[in-house]
Amino acid sequence: MSEPVLSVRNLKVEFVTRRDTLRAIDGVSFDIAKGEVLGVVGESGAGKSVTGLAVIGLIDRPGRIAGGEIYLSGMRIDNLPPEELRRIRGKRIGMIFQDPLTSLNPLYRIGDQLVETIKTHLNLSETAARKRAIDLLAEVGIPAPEKRIDAYPHEFSGGMRQRVVIALAICAEPELIIADEPTTALDVSVQAQIISLIKRLGRDHGTAVMLVTHDMGVIAETSDRVAVMYSGRIAEIGPVRDVVQNPLHPYAKGLMGAIPTLASDTDRLVQIPGSMPRLSAIPPGCPFNPRCAFVFDRCRVERPEPVRHGSQAVACHLYDSTATETAA
Amino acid sequence: MLAFTLRRAIQAIGVMIAVGIISFSMFRFAGDPVNQIVSLDTPAAEREAVRKSLGLDDPVVLQFARYFGNAAQFKFGVSYQFRQPVSNLLMERMPATLELAACATVFAMVFGILMGVYSALKRDTWLAKVFQAVSLIGISLPTFLIGILLIYLFAVVLGWLPSFGRGDVVRLGWWTTGLLTVSGLKALIMPSVTLGLFQMTLIMRLVRAEMLEVLRTDYIRFARARGLTTRAIHFGHALRNTLVPVITVAGLQFGSVIAFAIITETVFQWPGMGLLFVQAVQNVDIPIMAAYLLMVSLIFVTINLVVDILYTVVDPRLRSTLRRPT
Repeated sequence: MSEPVLSVRNLKVEFVTRRDTLRAIDGVSFDIAKGEVLGVVGESGAGKSVTGLAVIGLIDRPGRIAGGEIYLSGMRIDNLPPEELRRIRGKRIGMIFQDPLTSLNPLYRIGDQLVETIKTHLNLSETAARKRAIDLLAEVGIPAPEKRIDAYPHEFSGGMRQRVVIALAICAEPELIIADEPTTALDVSVQAQIISLIKRLGRDHGTAVMLVTHDMGVIAETSDRVAVMYSGRIAEIGPVRDVVQNPLHPYAKGLMGAIPTLASDTDRLVQIPGSMPRLSAIPPGCPFNPRCAFVFDRCRVERPEPVRHGSQAVACHLYDSTATETAA
Repeated sequence: MLAFTLRRAIQAIGVMIAVGIISFSMFRFAGDPVNQIVSLDTPAAEREAVRKSLGLDDPVVLQFARYFGNAAQFKFGVSYQFRQPVSNLLMERMPATLELAACATVFAMVFGILMGVYSALKRDTWLAKVFQAVSLIGISLPTFLIGILLIYLFAVVLGWLPSFGRGDVVRLGWWTTGLLTVSGLKALIMPSVTLGLFQMTLIMRLVRAEMLEVLRTDYIRFARARGLTTRAIHFGHALRNTLVPVITVAGLQFGSVIAFAIITETVFQWPGMGLLFVQAVQNVDIPIMAAYLLMVSLIFVTINLVVDILYTVVDPRLRSTLRRPT
């Protein structure tokens, strides 16, 4: 297997507040291969978006990367000076944000914003950049792009604006796209179109995609692999099919049980009792232990590290071979 | 766009008629104008003749229509104290006031925007903190005090700048300008700073607050994620979004700069409309006061109109809502 496009090793992100230091991301590791879509799923505040922002180097004060390494096609990027990081942003890593209505500068024509981005990263003339902008708009499915290029953001619908945002994210053919909840703010029918667009772009250009969402349906449709995050850690990671059909971590089991299906006739969906702990009150040991139905003594003192289990990796003492007998 | 401009222009005319009524009623409020024209021992028959010749026995509505019609042609009657047509007096004084107001506004805009942007982008530097402190002084000190302090420092102690007047002026047609001579320019410095200081601090604080607000928006975050240079983000994307409210305030403030010029002109003995007005108040010279009121409101209304139109230039969203009126 060739070198992964993105490799995150033991990433830690902290937010320094006046009272204390909160660890939003605590030892996250994962890889994304060329052309692969990794779905990152979890509740609000699990650290999904912060992970994405850390990769692209947009963690703002008071947040900071406190440890770990991030490699883009083998090159370490987490410790680059700001100016070099800026050159990578938009050129080698594209990012799509949640709300297309506020992602575009309202005062500039979309063509100006595209040309500006293209000229920042590629050595093209004004006319060549404009030509490329029109091609990009056509590629993301905007009808009559040569006319629409001179329109302002407010003249587009939400779904169309998200297409423009995607065009902006891919305008320098990045190796990696980070999509942070790209469909959350859109209508369901438009969601499907945007999802298939992201999927097609990843396939056509061999771009790796990190898809952050809390929508398991979206993950199941698009992703090759999925990482389930909880309290700033990866609880379970593996191929989508295996994780959805046979989740290992008790939290992942709860999540999958919460997906309604048409096939089975369930009256009540499974619900995980309690809520995720606040960053200032993460319990020792496994952060999921207060809510876990299978909790035992070891969970309250020792933090589980991810272990391989078939095609999946899971951070749970239940799957640690040395502890299986004691599991209740 | 044209319909919008027309609509706003009609509203502006409405405002002008309202101001006209107020300025017209000043004449009646101050007593019988005939008494102020004739001497004490004029016989009653002669008084009536004067009254008739001036049209003062006509119905009030007719008198107002005539007054407003004349005012629309810049005929404001004759000054009581100077025995000259008021329009001539105003025309003579107007270039001085407008030049002063323009210089003060340019000073306020340039320094206000520069200092505002700087203190928003480099929030924690000591210079930004100095700007904040200075702006507090500028906002709280009264205009006349600043003027007198400046005169004391630069005219009395240091002797660098003249303490009063316009210096040498050059005549260009009916317009007189102090911008073309050294003494004229030197004379402009202190009054402009005095007049513009409040506006400058206002604009600086506004730009700083708006800029900080804009820098937190999603499109700035997205612009950073696109890898644009810091310069392009700050000055291309953030500053332009900051300018919409700044244009409103600066535009409306230009009106009050002209109104505030009364104080500055008095302090520096600046031969402008404000000084003329102060003298008119002291001598109960009602034609000048009424005309000044009309002129200042005309300037205010015009500026409002221009600001409204400027919005649509800066913000394209307004253009399309104007095209489809709801």
